[in-house]
Amino acid sequence: MRSPLVTARALTKRFGDFTAVDGIDFDVHQGEAFGFLGPNGAGKSSTMRMIGAVSPISGGTLTVLGLDPAADGPAIRARLGVVPQEDNLDQELTVWENLYIYGRYFDLPRQVILERIDELLEFAQLTERRNDTVEHLSGGMKRRLTIARGLINQPDLLLLDEPTTGLDPQARHALWDRLYRLKQRGVTLIVTTHYMDEAEQLCDRLVIMDKGRIVAEGSPRDLIARYSPREVVELRLAPDDHDRAVASLDGLARRIEVLPDRILLYTDDAEATIGDVFERGVEPESMLTRRSTLEDVFLRLTGRRLMD
Amino acid sequence: MRTPAFLRVVEGEARVYRRVWRGSVISTFLNPVLFLAAMGLGLGRLVDERTAGAGLDGLTYLAFLAPGLLAATAMQTGAGDSSWPVMAGIKWRKTYDAVLATPVGVASLTVGHLAWVGIRLVFVSVAFVLVMAAFGAVGLAAGLTAVPAAVLTGLAFAAPMVAYTAGLKGEQGLTSMFRFGIVPLFLFSGTFFPVSQLPDWLEPLAWVTPLWHGVELSRSVALGTVPVPPPWLSVAYLASWTVGGTWLAVVRMRRRLVT
Repeated sequence: MRSPLVTARALTKRFGDFTAVDGIDFDVHQGEAFGFLGPNGAGKSSTMRMIGAVSPISGGTLTVLGLDPAADGPAIRARLGVVPQEDNLDQELTVWENLYIYGRYFDLPRQVILERIDELLEFAQLTERRNDTVEHLSGGMKRRLTIARGLINQPDLLLLDEPTTGLDPQARHALWDRLYRLKQRGVTLIVTTHYMDEAEQLCDRLVIMDKGRIVAEGSPRDLIARYSPREVVELRLAPDDHDRAVASLDGLARRIEVLPDRILLYTDDAEATIGDVFERGVEPESMLTRRSTLEDVFLRLTGRRLMD
Repeated sequence: MRTPAFLRVVEGEARVYRRVWRGSVISTFLNPVLFLAAMGLGLGRLVDERTAGAGLDGLTYLAFLAPGLLAATAMQTGAGDSSWPVMAGIKWRKTYDAVLATPVGVASLTVGHLAWVGIRLVFVSVAFVLVMAAFGAVGLAAGLTAVPAAVLTGLAFAAPMVAYTAGLKGEQGLTSMFRFGIVPLFLFSGTFFPVSQLPDWLEPLAWVTPLWHGVELSRSVALGTVPVPPPWLSVAYLASWTVGGTWLAVVRMRRRLVT
């Protein structure tokens, strides 16, 4: 088996007294899409910046592409693509110029850059906008351009920090489609996200992070199977009925989560559970049945929701 | 690696400038025209009538003013290009983060920025000299010999200004620096009148300002006058601000950007 592209052991990042990343272990392998799922402030971006060889580690060990980020930063960065959380494109420049300049930062020969730009514009569906300045692009286009820019050096590893935050649903799906294509081509992806649907869509394997620590690791399907019953019945009740209903539902499902606006019943058989709910005289205002998601796993592991 | 990293940063800055040059070219020419017309010709006539040239080493006020204003303009350009644009790169647009995600490091980014400011200073100073010559203040050839002095003066401000900006949280510190630093220097460093006119206790303060050295150097080169400080001292002084400022800028940019 080939050695991992990224190996972290007891990896730690401190800012003064604050510990952003608190001794985490993980490996990222060639060709996989690896995710860090967790709420804002979980330490995902700090971890990404350490992998990107732009943020020195405070403790533990980290190897990226077989190299030490502290000693070989430029050599590592030459083989990485980075898509940051906030778009940091040159607003005054055109789409084409942004790609060209970035290619030059990697010291690629002009001819190579010119060829790659045409391919990347096609890939990012921006060929028609090549001569538009960035400030005139939509959020989704800017994000696709940032991804195209991160691919100009044909990286061995693409780092995507919250790739679809702030995008509308249509733009998100368009972006996922592009990332899926990259994965098909064998590009190794590392993604941070606080969207469980994004993690499920994109990641072969992920770690769930909370307060700087890794609380679980596995494929999305494994994690759900391991930590959450198959189905969820969500009940919405009139505020006055809420507390009484909670009392009468006690023991009815394998696990019950009481949220401010809803009650979640975790069960292997939703239909039977719904029958039991009515049998106990609880009359919800609305009700829905769904499969367990990574959001439920996170709730189970941390007692909190991914997005608050 | 074929091109040194800092030159690739220069290339990037030049491409951005190509997009925004129109606005800056107008002010580059208009600024000296306005100043030389108002101060050099307007105020100058009044001064020349009163002194008959005696108080200004036999120079017309316009001739006295022009090379000093060249150095002062270089200071403003150097400080200006290393303040708001640097803050934008660090914080507002985070374009420096994008650069640092590539093999380019903080030192190359900083030195590249300053090298680009140096190129801008050449443009701005040459434009200034063209206007100066058109006004008849100084001959074109003599004026051009003052360009290196002006560029050095601009860099002596640009480099420490990057260091200063790298430590700021927001725009307020930049506004203060211009209001309480750059503008007073512009007015009181021998550009508009010899610093010997200042109160005695204030005069030594002018001697330590880099702009005074830049003004004296530029004036002596362009007009062949004898400067108060020896030219080698002024060159060394401005060069040490440039070199020391660059070193400090790299240190502070690293502290700000590599966290």
